[in-house]
Amino acid sequence: MEPSAIPALEAAVDAPRVAEHAARRDLTGRWLLSAPAMIIIFFAAIGPLFVMLAYSFMAKGDYGDVKLGEFSLDGWFSVFLQRDIFDDTVTLADAHLSIFWRSLKLSLVTTLVTLILGFPTAYFIATRPLRSRDVWLFLITIPFWTNLLIRTFAMQQVIRNEGILNSLLIATGIIDQPLQIMFTDTAILLGMVYVYLPLMVLPLYASMEKLDFRLVEAGYDLYAGRLGVLRRIIIPLVRPGIVAGSILVFIPSLGAYVIPRVLGGGKTMMLGNLIELQFGGGRNWPLGAAISITLMILVMVALLFYVRNASRLGAQHG
Amino acid sequence: MAEDKSVAVEARGITKSFGQGVAALRALDNVSVLVRENEFFTLLGPSGCGKTTLLRLIAGFEFPTYGAILLHGQDIARLPPFRRPVNTVFQSYALFPHLTVAQNVAFGLQMLGRPRAETAARVTAMLRLVQMETLANRRTDQISGGQAQRVALARALAPAPKVLLLDEPLSALDYKLRKEMQIELKRMQNETGVTFIFVTHDQEEALTMSDRLAVMSAGRILQVGTPREIYEHPADRFVANFIGETNFLQGEIQASGEGSAEVRLDLGVTLKATLPRGGLPRGRTTVVVRPEHAVLGPAGADTGLSGILENIVYSGVDTQFHVRLASGGLFLVRAQNSHGAPAQLPGEPVVVTIQDGAAQVVGD
Amino acid sequence: MARRFDVRAQSGFATVALFTFFLLYLPVAVLVAYAFNASESMTAWGGVSLRWFAAAWQNDAVQGAAWRSFVIAASAATIATIAATMAAIATTRTPPYRGLSFKYAFINQPLMVPEIVTAVALLIVFSRIKVWTGYSGLGYLIAAHAAFCIPFAYLPIRARLESMDLTLESAAADLYATPWLAFRRVTLPLLQPGIVAGYMLAFVISLDDVVITEFVKSGGQDTLPTYMLGQIRRSVTPEINAIATAFLALSVVLVTVFFFINRRRTEPQPAYGDKA
Repeated sequence: MEPSAIPALEAAVDAPRVAEHAARRDLTGRWLLSAPAMIIIFFAAIGPLFVMLAYSFMAKGDYGDVKLGEFSLDGWFSVFLQRDIFDDTVTLADAHLSIFWRSLKLSLVTTLVTLILGFPTAYFIATRPLRSRDVWLFLITIPFWTNLLIRTFAMQQVIRNEGILNSLLIATGIIDQPLQIMFTDTAILLGMVYVYLPLMVLPLYASMEKLDFRLVEAGYDLYAGRLGVLRRIIIPLVRPGIVAGSILVFIPSLGAYVIPRVLGGGKTMMLGNLIELQFGGGRNWPLGAAISITLMILVMVALLFYVRNASRLGAQHG
Repeated sequence: MAEDKSVAVEARGITKSFGQGVAALRALDNVSVLVRENEFFTLLGPSGCGKTTLLRLIAGFEFPTYGAILLHGQDIARLPPFRRPVNTVFQSYALFPHLTVAQNVAFGLQMLGRPRAETAARVTAMLRLVQMETLANRRTDQISGGQAQRVALARALAPAPKVLLLDEPLSALDYKLRKEMQIELKRMQNETGVTFIFVTHDQEEALTMSDRLAVMSAGRILQVGTPREIYEHPADRFVANFIGETNFLQGEIQASGEGSAEVRLDLGVTLKATLPRGGLPRGRTTVVVRPEHAVLGPAGADTGLSGILENIVYSGVDTQFHVRLASGGLFLVRAQNSHGAPAQLPGEPVVVTIQDGAAQVVGD
Repeated sequence: MARRFDVRAQSGFATVALFTFFLLYLPVAVLVAYAFNASESMTAWGGVSLRWFAAAWQNDAVQGAAWRSFVIAASAATIATIAATMAAIATTRTPPYRGLSFKYAFINQPLMVPEIVTAVALLIVFSRIKVWTGYSGLGYLIAAHAAFCIPFAYLPIRARLESMDLTLESAAADLYATPWLAFRRVTLPLLQPGIVAGYMLAFVISLDDVVITEFVKSGGQDTLPTYMLGQIRRSVTPEINAIATAFLALSVVLVTVFFFINRRRTEPQPAYGDKA
C-alpha cells in the first residue's frame, strides 16, 4: 500500500498562519514579561538620568535646585571654565581641572597597580591543584563581596597617623614622626587598589583557568624561555581577561566617591566628591548635573573601547 | 474508511520550510508516507535528510508549512504536543534531572490526571518492562547511559501512546550496548503492540529492526519497503549506495519483459537484471550488484567479468576481494569464509560471475 | 639531579600572589582585632573584650539602621528577583528578535553608569516627587535599590536558563504537560538554584549600598552603611569596628552559602510515592 495521492486537507493549509500567530503571541508575551524590570529601571535609574540632563541646561536656583524651565548654559560653562567676578575675563577653572586630572591619573595608576598585583595572583590561583584552587578562589571572593565602606574603613585604620603602619615604623625606629598618608593622593590610591583588586583578579582568573597549558608546553618545545612563554604565549592568550579586569577596575575608580571621601577628606577630591559638593554646600545643581554627565561620557568612552576590543578579540578567536 | 483501521500515522503532502524568502530552507518536500498499526517503521537517511524534522512534525514540536498529518484518520497537524497521543524517546533522553527514575516515568500519567493508584501500578509495570524496578528511586544522574535509555523508554510508554517516536535513541550508546538495546526494543514493541516510528542514520540498525523502512534524502522519501525489498531491489542509485556496499555497472538494455531485462554491459557481458517496480526503462542504464551476489573464479571462464585481483581484505566472517576490471573500475566481491586460505592471490587474473537475477536495474 | 621542569611555574608569581593575599586580609584583620579591644582608644590595646559589641547592640541608632537595611534589602531583592526572573525568561532561548539587544542594554544599564551619577539623578527626581506628594517613606530607597539589584539578580538566572536543556520542556509537552504545567513542574524547579543565587546577590548588593542610599534617603532613614559613613567622619570609637565586624561576619556567611548553592547539584524531590 503506497501513500495516497489525496491532496492535503484544507484545514492544514493555514498551518503556517497558525505558526506565525503563535510566534507573534510569543513575542508579545516576551515584552510583557520583561515589562516589570524595564519599568522599575526606567523610573529609578534611566529616567532620572534624562531629567538630570535637562537640569544641566537650566539656571541654578538660589538655594539649590534649579529654576525650572529657565534655560541656561552656565552649568556646562562652569565645568571647565570660570568667569572673573570683577572683569568678566574667562579663564580655565583650575580647581575643576585638577580634580578631573586627579581622577584620571589615580584611576589609571590604580588599574596599573591592580594589574601588576592581580596578574601573578590570578595565575597563581589558576595553576593550583583543583582542590586548593577553590580555597584560594574563595579567599578572593570574600573581599569581593565585603562591603566597600568597611574595606575602605579598614584601610583607613592601617594608614592613619596612629594606625598600625605608622606605629610599626616608629616602633622599629625607621621614622620618628608618623607619615602623613591620610588625606593625600597616596591614601586614595592605596584605598582604591585595596578595594578594587578582586575586580581585577576574578576576570583574569576566568581567562587563565581556560588556558591550555599544552600551548605553553609547545612554546617551551620551540625554545622559548620562561619570560618568552609569558610574553609571547600566556599574555596574548589571556588578553581578554586583562582588558575586562582593567575596565572593571578603571570604571568604578573614575566614579569613586566613598573612598576619596573617607581617605581623601575635603582637600583631595575626586569627581564623585566634586559632584556631591554641587548638591550640598556648593548648591549648583546645573553644574553638578553637567559634571555628572561628563563623568558618564568618560565612562562610556572607556566602555566603548572595551566593547570594540572585545569584539575584535572575539573575531580573532571565532 | 475501512483501510484507515490498519493505518496508524499518515503524512500527506508534507512540506516544511525553515526561515523565509530566499533564505528559506526546505527540510521536507512534499513527503507522503503511511505507517501501519503495530508496525516497527524506520525513517532512515543521512543527517540533514529531514527524518528528524518529520518525526518532530508528528510529535508536534514543529508545524508543517503545507500538508496534513493523520493519526488514525484524524488530522493532528495543528495540535500542540501535549494534546497528541504520541510520545517521544529523545536522542538525549531528556530525563528530568530534578526527578527520580520513578517520578520521571510517572510524569506523563500525572499530567493526564490519572488516579494515584493507577499511576503507581503503571509506573511499577513499566519499570519492570524495562528491568529498572530496583533503581526506581535513583536520581537520573546516578544511572548509566543504557539505564537512562531504558527509563526514557519506560517514561514514553507509560501513558500508553498510540504511537511511539524514537529519535536516534541508540546513537549515544557503545556498540555492544546498542546491539543489546536493538533486541530489547524489538521485544518491547512486540510486548506492548505499540506502533514504533524509529529514526536512525545507521542502515544496519534500520535493516535489522524494522518491519518496513523509508529511505530519505534531501527532504524526500526515495523508497519505502521491507528491509529485504530495500536491500535487494533498491529503487535508485542513492538507496543502493546508502544501504550496504554496491557495485555499479553501466550498460544498455537489450530487451525487457515481465519484471526483468537483458542488459548488455559496457564490459561486453550480457546479464539478466531485475527491473524496478512499475518501470520499463530503455536505453542506457545502471545496474547494481551486491558484493555477496558475485562469485570469484579463476581466469578462463567466458561468462564473467574478467579483471585482475588487486587486494584481499580479511574481516573475520567474510573476505572482500577487490577486482580491477578491464574498464578500470573496481569491483567488490564478498565471500563467506570457510576453512583455509582463498584460492586466488593478489595480482592474478580472475573472472567475476554474477548470479542470475542478482543484478538490479536502478534509476539515477 | 635536576628538579622536574614545571611548565606552569613563573618565577616570582607565587611571592607576589601571597603578598597580595596578605595585603587583602591585613586591614580586615586589624579592623576585626580592634573590635575586640577593651580599651576606649583606637591606638592602645587594652585586652580582649566584647564591650563594643554590647554597646553597638544597645545603640538605638544602630538597631534602627540595621532593621532598615534589612527591610530595604529584603524588599528590593524580592522585587528585583521576581522582575529579573521574568525578564530572564523573556530574553533567553529565543532566536534574536527586534528589541532584544535593546532589552539587554536596558536591564544592564545600572551597571554601566557610575553610582554617584545615578545617585544625584535620583536625588534630583525624588526630592521633587517628595515635595509634590508629601510622601517621604522607605519606598524611594526600595525602588532605587530594586532598580540597581535587577541586573545582579538577572545574571545568574539568565545563565541558568541558558544552560538548561530545551528538550526537557519539549519532553514535558510531549508527556501532556500544558505550557503552564511544564513551566511549574520542570522549568521552575530547574531554575530554582539560579533564582536563589540571584536573590542572594541582590540582597547583598542592596545591603552593601552606600552611595545611592546616602543621596536618596530622607532624614532619619540611615541604613547601616550610611550610619557607619557618618560615624567614620566623626571621631571614631571601636564601636564602629564592632558594627563592621558583625556586618563582615554576615557577608562571609552569605558568600559561603552562595558558594555552596552554586556548587550543589540539583537535588531531586522526595522519591515518588513518598509524598503523603
